[in-house]
Amino acid sequence: MALLSILTAILATTAASAGTTLDAIRARGSIKVGVGTGPGFFAPDSAGRWQGFFVDFGRALAIAVFIDPDKVQFVSSSPQQRLGALQSGEFDILLSGVTETVTRATKLGFHFGPVIFYDGQGLLVPKKLGITKGSQLDGATVCVQTGTTGELNIADFFRKNKIAFKPVVIEDTSEFLKAFTSGRCDVLTQDASDLTIRRSQLANPQDYLLLPERISKEPLAPAIRYGDDQWLEIVNWVVYATIQAEEFGITKANVDQFLTSDDPAIRRFLGVDPTIGEATKLDPKFIYTIIKTLGNYGEIFERNLGPSTKLGFDRSYNQLWSKGGLLYSPPFR
Amino acid sequence: MTVVGRPGPQGPGLTKAIASWFGGRPFSQCGMLLGAVAIFGLFGNTMLGNMHRFGIVPGFAFLNHAANFEIGESLISYSSRDSYARAILVGLLNTIQVAIFGCILATVLGVALGVARLSGNRLLSGLAQVYVEVVRNTPLLLQLFFWNATIHALPGPREALQPVDGFLLSNRGVFLPALRDPSGQGWLFPGMLAGLLLLLGLAWLRRRRRQGPSLRYAIGVLAISVLVPAGVALGSGSRVRIELPALHGFNITGGMSVSPEFVALLVALVVNAAAGICEIVRGGIQAIPPGQWDAAAALGLTRWGSLRLVILPQALRVIIPLMTSSYLSLTKNSSLAVAIGFPDLVSVVNTGANQTGQVFETITIMMTVYLTLSLFVSVAMNLYNRRLALQGYAR
Repeated sequence: MALLSILTAILATTAASAGTTLDAIRARGSIKVGVGTGPGFFAPDSAGRWQGFFVDFGRALAIAVFIDPDKVQFVSSSPQQRLGALQSGEFDILLSGVTETVTRATKLGFHFGPVIFYDGQGLLVPKKLGITKGSQLDGATVCVQTGTTGELNIADFFRKNKIAFKPVVIEDTSEFLKAFTSGRCDVLTQDASDLTIRRSQLANPQDYLLLPERISKEPLAPAIRYGDDQWLEIVNWVVYATIQAEEFGITKANVDQFLTSDDPAIRRFLGVDPTIGEATKLDPKFIYTIIKTLGNYGEIFERNLGPSTKLGFDRSYNQLWSKGGLLYSPPFR
Repeated sequence: MTVVGRPGPQGPGLTKAIASWFGGRPFSQCGMLLGAVAIFGLFGNTMLGNMHRFGIVPGFAFLNHAANFEIGESLISYSSRDSYARAILVGLLNTIQVAIFGCILATVLGVALGVARLSGNRLLSGLAQVYVEVVRNTPLLLQLFFWNATIHALPGPREALQPVDGFLLSNRGVFLPALRDPSGQGWLFPGMLAGLLLLLGLAWLRRRRRQGPSLRYAIGVLAISVLVPAGVALGSGSRVRIELPALHGFNITGGMSVSPEFVALLVALVVNAAAGICEIVRGGIQAIPPGQWDAAAALGLTRWGSLRLVILPQALRVIIPLMTSSYLSLTKNSSLAVAIGFPDLVSVVNTGANQTGQVFETITIMMTVYLTLSLFVSVAMNLYNRRLALQGYAR
């Protein structure tokens, strides 16, 4: 059970206390990444190889530490269990769409890297109910998954609108979906991106409507345990590197041409000038290899979630600051 | 619990009693005790250290904080503004509710099956055996999912089945008519309860003295227990009415309702525990020497009469201790509710632990509560068992 894993963590003498996370990763020869389940974000393909938006960031980290995108193990974990599992040292990092909140960052003891996906909690309803906005949902039965910020958000939302609802709180993801399709609940609530994925998995996706309003802010960020500043910085700058690469216009296809660039910023960025490698104590070519292997943020997004995929997300907030989005990388110097 | 069965002379006095705890080797016993305390001390110290490292402040202060999450069903009034303590109480009451109904129904079904299993009718006993084997050899969680899926397959609230007026069956739950006392004076229900308690008391007296009020008299008391409070309530001007459930907006409102998760959980637990109880009852009955059947028959009792008056009372001595463990596992198995979304103790405590990070405290609360519940069931069953046991055989 979930709680027991945390309990053993608390009782365990060794766990993460011996040495830093980064030392443990190097000694093990791979990074352990906690992920969720859902195509587009994290799912194994037909060959059993993990694919997805968050998975690619896990591979980027493996490149940063080992210059090898495969020196990473993905472990899927339910929303109820993931934070406890991270705390107890089962993962080195959680890339499972965790919302950054003040309680988690302070009271629960997690550091968050940069937000890699800006999301908001949505409401999925059957079209036949004829609902167009959340405030019409007085008296509705709402299915929520345990262990998510959704449980609190939905209570806040209904209380704020002074309307009543009946929650059905389910841990198991497939039971959660079944409860909705069988009509046990009128509304399914979850991060909008997750609802989009879930809807695409239903038998008749066109019968369901994702209401346009978002009842909360859900910045999804990588989470790590307290206690290893160097590991946190690696996570930070790997994410920033993908964003900065997009800003520079460096892509998987043209990265080699940039190697001969005269621009000192780009020379530093790609490791032609080894300053960043020395500063981060990583292989100076780690950013180059990440872009060469996975592409920049935009390419990672397009490949896993973009309009060419089944999910067809548009960039919305997940666009560069210079193009009206929220993605902004501090300078690489 | 009593010391009747222990051989050898028993010295009086507290010192002797304490000495008897330590047995023949007091020093090694003390050493063991110290060792156990040291191990727990080490665990506790490590735990506090690790909690400090994670930045978790130990303590139960969070119980007074607002829970901020809603709970789907509750026997007491609850809103997201209430405290964690109240949320946990809601979960606990839900667990107790399902456990009590579960134990009663499982006993009824289990005894019926156990008797059917011994029936001379091959079809009946065969069916009972098939039931037992199917239920006993599949995981309870799977059965729970099965019942949950079955109930979710019922039509939605707008197309609810209505076999009888005011009795609605839908995938939102079972809805029944309810008595409502809108005046809020609340005479009706306590009055009825008092009447029923009176009736039970009389029945107990009658059993004890093997005389007392007759059945007719009991019916009279029952009638009075219902009519008098009803009369008082009507006389005092309250408008007691029967409220029928009806579709309103998204859901059926009014009347009494039982959620589908509750029904699924209850059915799964009852069906599962009944299979075990069936075998316990069968074993208990078969443990009675067949001569007892013959003797009862010789007295002119019918087969049913022999079973009821001669065999079952003796079989109960074998059955009760085993029933205790069936009841205990039913109570604890109710924690599987979390899988289908019934807000039992575990579900609420899980949510609380997740939101507050006070995992150790919430686990402690959960363990204490389950332990208390289980001990309570054990004590009640042991008391009953002691009453049934043959004098001199008590252990």
